[in-house]
Amino acid sequence: MEVGQMQRQWLDYTRSLFIEGFLDGQFLQLEQLQDDNNPDFVVEVVSLFFQDSHKLLNDLTIALDQKSVDFKKIDAHVHQLKGSSSSIGAQRVKNCCIAFRNFCEEQNTDACLKCLHQVKQECCLVKNKLETLFRLEQQIMAAGGSIPMMELSF
Amino acid sequence: MWFKAPESCNCIEPQLPADELLVKYQYISDFFIALAYFSIPLELIYFVKKSAVFPYRWVLVQFGAFIVLCGATHLINLWTFTIHTRTVAMVMTAAKVLTAVVSCITALMLVHIIPDLLSVKTRELFLKNKAAELDREMGLIRTQEETGRHVRMLTHEIRSTLDRHTILKTTLIELGRTLALEECALWMPTRTGLELQLAYTLRQQNPVGYTVPIHLPVINQVFSSNRAVKISPNCPVARLRPHTGKYMPGEVVAVRVPLLNLSNFQIYDWPEVSTRSYALMVLMLPSDSARQWHVHELELVEVVADQVAVALSHAAILEESMRARNMLMEQNVALDLARREAETAIHARNDFLAVMNHEMRTPMHAIIALSSLLQETELTAEQRLMVETILKSSNLLATLINDVLDLSQLEDGSLQLETTTFSLHAVFREVLSLIKPVASVKKLSLTLHLASDLPAYAVGDDKRLMQTILNVVGNAVKFSKEGSISISAVVAKPDSFKDARIPEFHPVPSDSHFYLRVQVKDSGSGINPQDIPKLFTKFAQSQAVTTKGPAGSGLGLAICRRFVNLMEGHIWIESEGIGKGCTVTFIVRLGIPDRSNESKLAFAPKVLGNHVTTNFGGLKVLVMDDNGVNRSVTKGLLLHLGCDVTTAGSSEECLRIISPEHRMVFMDVCTGLDGYELAIRIQEKFKKRQDRPLIVALTGNTNKVTKENCMRVGMDGLILKPVSVDKMRGVLSELLEHRVLFEAI
Repeated sequence: MEVGQMQRQWLDYTRSLFIEGFLDGQFLQLEQLQDDNNPDFVVEVVSLFFQDSHKLLNDLTIALDQKSVDFKKIDAHVHQLKGSSSSIGAQRVKNCCIAFRNFCEEQNTDACLKCLHQVKQECCLVKNKLETLFRLEQQIMAAGGSIPMMELSF
Repeated sequence: MWFKAPESCNCIEPQLPADELLVKYQYISDFFIALAYFSIPLELIYFVKKSAVFPYRWVLVQFGAFIVLCGATHLINLWTFTIHTRTVAMVMTAAKVLTAVVSCITALMLVHIIPDLLSVKTRELFLKNKAAELDREMGLIRTQEETGRHVRMLTHEIRSTLDRHTILKTTLIELGRTLALEECALWMPTRTGLELQLAYTLRQQNPVGYTVPIHLPVINQVFSSNRAVKISPNCPVARLRPHTGKYMPGEVVAVRVPLLNLSNFQIYDWPEVSTRSYALMVLMLPSDSARQWHVHELELVEVVADQVAVALSHAAILEESMRARNMLMEQNVALDLARREAETAIHARNDFLAVMNHEMRTPMHAIIALSSLLQETELTAEQRLMVETILKSSNLLATLINDVLDLSQLEDGSLQLETTTFSLHAVFREVLSLIKPVASVKKLSLTLHLASDLPAYAVGDDKRLMQTILNVVGNAVKFSKEGSISISAVVAKPDSFKDARIPEFHPVPSDSHFYLRVQVKDSGSGINPQDIPKLFTKFAQSQAVTTKGPAGSGLGLAICRRFVNLMEGHIWIESEGIGKGCTVTFIVRLGIPDRSNESKLAFAPKVLGNHVTTNFGGLKVLVMDDNGVNRSVTKGLLLHLGCDVTTAGSSEECLRIISPEHRMVFMDVCTGLDGYELAIRIQEKFKKRQDRPLIVALTGNTNKVTKENCMRVGMDGLILKPVSVDKMRGVLSELLEHRVLFEAI
């Protein structure tokens, strides 16, 4: 497959991610921050996010497993997760977190559990999507091409 | 005679007086014998002393003794003729005994010595023979050396010149001198190769044109061997002068001289080529001299003949190269002249065109403008028709003039393509929009197909490309009365270039260029395949066009071809025949715009961003956020803008590492009261306000309470998350300028 085709594939895939709501404008901001001084910025930040989120989700799972649920702590964790996800532009994760927080305020354990499950799913999904995207980028770079910039308006 | 003495008288009785004469003669003879006997050894001794090489001294001594004793004997004999005493007898006896002994010894010695002496003689003879032989050999060597010297001298003379005439003349002269010849002649083959002509002679100044046929047996004999051959003085080649001598004409020798034949000169065949031509060199010894050709003289002649051949070949090559050089120089001069004439012609034509361009266009414009204006006025139907015809014709004429001028520009290569980055799709869309009205009027269906792998943007001359496509499509429309026209554009693959139809086209693949292949198919009147080559010729009209059909200026396709060639491409037409439609295909080379070009046109101006970051070069800032991801993102943002960023993951860490060098502190205040506390602590740390870094809060909360709290604790700014690059840039500029920034919530 030649470079032009791969680039078009990358563009189409990225577009789909935005259209389906996996990513939002913040992700584009991240891409803008990637330059020659910082060539792997996006990959680094995204990896950091997934590490962080993994830990947070574990903590959340443990916390919600307790007999007496500490909603303050859960709220703090979810707040963290929300902050991180919004920083990288993982829109669906962020939305889930917002919903999660509401249920935390209501102190609704079952709903929280459901939310947690959903958040985990969303994290997984966005992780796969981003991994695919990064793989495509690597292929393009290996073939000697360069990553095209995304248009901001659609 | 021995007489015994009677008593002590030792006298011997004398003889009868009749024998006295006899006795006297004996006496005298004995005396002389003794004398001789005594003198011979003396002589021997004298001469031996003189010679000093005589090896047999001992023998001489013996001989001497023998002779002396013999002499003594004979001497003593003198006393025995008279009465002699006993003593004398005793002495005589003693002497005789001695003599006997010595002579026996000598006789015995001689047996050994005489063979030696004889052998000395034989050795002497042997040495004499040897000396004679050496003398002979030396004589031979000397002659050889002489010959060698002569050859060298001859060679030197012959090779010292490159002029053929001089070479040959010199050869003959030198040979004549060296060998003391009576006559020396050189026969060269004639042009026809069937005869030998007398070319040079030694003695005669101007040889009359003697010729001999080349196939004489004697000549064949000479030519067949590379040795000098003795020939009869009566053969035609040798009968050069009238026989002047009284007796025998001198011996004649002939040798062949190989000639270089330039038309079949082969370096690697030298000297074995069999179809060579030879010249004949004839040498005559003086008549009546009884001289004979010696072997060394023949060898000399052969060597000289070879040298002459070499020298002649050099001379021939030189002549040839001089001739070639002269020819080239003449050609050069002629070409130069032709070039200058051509240039003058081109200049003249260009001048003419330039003048005509201006002169022709001005009236044309006047006609077109005024006719258009006339059209706007009130006219009768008849007048309108007339004006329309005038306008149409003058438009046509203007087009023709433009075409001619374009073509002449194209022809003398003064047209240069402009290169810009343009959208391929746009070009095709525009062509389509221009042609659609005409096509729909003629009820022709027009379809455009652009391949999906066609680059959106290309680098090249879009105007001329459009002109070409328009021309081709326009032709298709013009010459089709019904049916459909399809236009297709694809990226040409390298294997499609191996088309038999375009044998001279050799595309060069590269990473920064691609080949665009456009094909326009129509179902119109078609073209006779025989007329196809003429289509691209200027001003040639195809006869197949019906009289009612539209007339073309005949230049369109020629111009298209010029444009296509300038774009390093190729254009060709195919048609099955009259009424079977026509397909025009062309391939052009366009550039692929690189990333910076692309971004310049359509996408986010990333390039611009890079220019402004230098404003914040090295601005020291501290980022405090306990969320690792957020921290990384903010850090990346500020790094991108050129700041020197330090990060802290907690308030304590922040307080630890903060220093007066930090101009700004960005802290996240989403996590409760920590941020406010930190702000207060920072302010406490830095007594003077000037040293203190600006404290800016980053928050996602959009309630007014957050803002009030920030203001209350004395923070210098508040920014809402999410922060984009541009926003941060603006924030930093604002903060640096005004030292305070509170975003409106």
